[in-house]
Amino acid sequence: MSIHAAKHVETIEKARANMRVPPLLLNFVAFAFAVTIWWAITAAKLVVLPGPLEVFQRALQLIANGQLPLDIVSSLRRVLTGFLLGVALAVPVGFLMGWYRVARALIEPYIQFFRMVPPLAVIPLAIVTMGIDETPKIFVIFLASFLSSVVATYQGVIGVDRTLINAARVLGARDRVIFPRVIIPASLPFILVGVRIGLGSAWATVVAAELIAAQSGLGFRMQQAQLYYDLSTIFVSLITIGVLGLLMDRLVQAAERHLTRWQERVQ
Amino acid sequence: MSLDLPQGGAPKISFQNVTRRFGDDQNAFIALDRLNLDIADGEFVTVVGPSGCGKSTAMNIAAGLMTASEGQVLVDGRPVSGPSPERGVIFQQYALFPWLTVRQNVEFGLRIKRISAAERRRIADHFIDLVGLKDFADALPKTLSGGMKQRCAIARAYAVNPIILLMDEPFGALDALTRVQMQDQLLDTWSRERRTVIFITHDVDEAVYLANRVIVMAARPGRLHKIIPVDLPYPRTEEIRLSPAFAEIRNQVWHAVYHQNPQINQNSR
Repeated sequence: MSIHAAKHVETIEKARANMRVPPLLLNFVAFAFAVTIWWAITAAKLVVLPGPLEVFQRALQLIANGQLPLDIVSSLRRVLTGFLLGVALAVPVGFLMGWYRVARALIEPYIQFFRMVPPLAVIPLAIVTMGIDETPKIFVIFLASFLSSVVATYQGVIGVDRTLINAARVLGARDRVIFPRVIIPASLPFILVGVRIGLGSAWATVVAAELIAAQSGLGFRMQQAQLYYDLSTIFVSLITIGVLGLLMDRLVQAAERHLTRWQERVQ
Repeated sequence: MSLDLPQGGAPKISFQNVTRRFGDDQNAFIALDRLNLDIADGEFVTVVGPSGCGKSTAMNIAAGLMTASEGQVLVDGRPVSGPSPERGVIFQQYALFPWLTVRQNVEFGLRIKRISAAERRRIADHFIDLVGLKDFADALPKTLSGGMKQRCAIARAYAVNPIILLMDEPFGALDALTRVQMQDQLLDTWSRERRTVIFITHDVDEAVYLANRVIVMAARPGRLHKIIPVDLPYPRTEEIRLSPAFAEIRNQVWHAVYHQNPQINQNSR
């Protein structure tokens, strides 16, 4: 019994100690762990893949000859343009759908319809109608991020607590005050979730979009590398996409924490 | 200081045949059936009754958040046609804007009235002080206890200078001790900033302790059952709460709420 209790106390202590470890350190531990496993597998020649060192050297080469920075800039520009356009349209459309029943009934079937069509399936049509320059690539990314964040926004507006709206009404607020001062702040947490989902879909789409006759970009580079059986370059591109996506998500998360400080949340 | 009801004077609020039905005409559910009630200026009226007696419906109609199927509510002789800051509402769920601080919440209605920043600040600070939240003026609602949140909501309702306060079970979510403290504080606020109050509650003790008159309602259909005057002086104290006179009225109200004659139900069909 007492040993049991002592053990229990020990676990609690441990749990507390765990909580005190800075999350960044844990992130780093997880990263080091993954690289070690990767190294072990490739060093033992279990699979025919480049090891961490090889990929790292390749990355340095690609940075030195300017190819990686160029690819990053090209892909990032496409992702950001498509994503920002998508979110910029998704927020007002989501509000319109959430606030006006008529708008919802008119727009919602289209949204659900296009949501069921994978954005990649639109690529052939985009090429035929928009040519092979930047427009179709950005369009596909735009479509993907718009569709995934519009639903979150309008769910957020629908979910706004009626009592808050009534509270504003009895204080003398009319629709044009309630909208900016109650609906927008109250649905902000949902909108930001939509933004994060939209960002994810934008990255998910960029590689496929760059299969459309691109001259540069991380997806394009991977495709080129595939032709030359250059596995290291494929790895460099993959890791770069992951790292960029992660960094951007962290940025959105930080903005979210800042903008929704008022929310009661579980730590 | 006992309150004299100006029985002959014009009522502040007048419910005239107020009826509210839900659903279609054939098998409509009658939430409130022909409520007639006059409330005098500065009066504190509490409303008790079982679930489904239409007390919240009556309040929502008076607040302008719901329309009456028949009849009307008059405030100073003018029919209510929608929500207005002249009728302040305090909700059970506090309904504070969680992204605004206590002061910003209290200033919300003042901003809509386009009152200057300095004046807003002065009014807000006055009412924040009145409900005892001075040290929490810049706190966000999530950091406040239930009782403090409701005090903030009361300050917010008072700030726009309403002539009537409608309170829908405002202390329903609070623990028993906090409740008693809130009752005393509400009466204290009310004695300093006299408004006409309609206060809905489930709690018979609370109903008697606060009110000039207790309105007892009955369910199915929701309707007025009995009006019980509370002939006890203000300020109400613990002494009054424990007095035989209080117990007597409390028993009357209890009886009226829990032993409603079932025959009335049949007659009204």
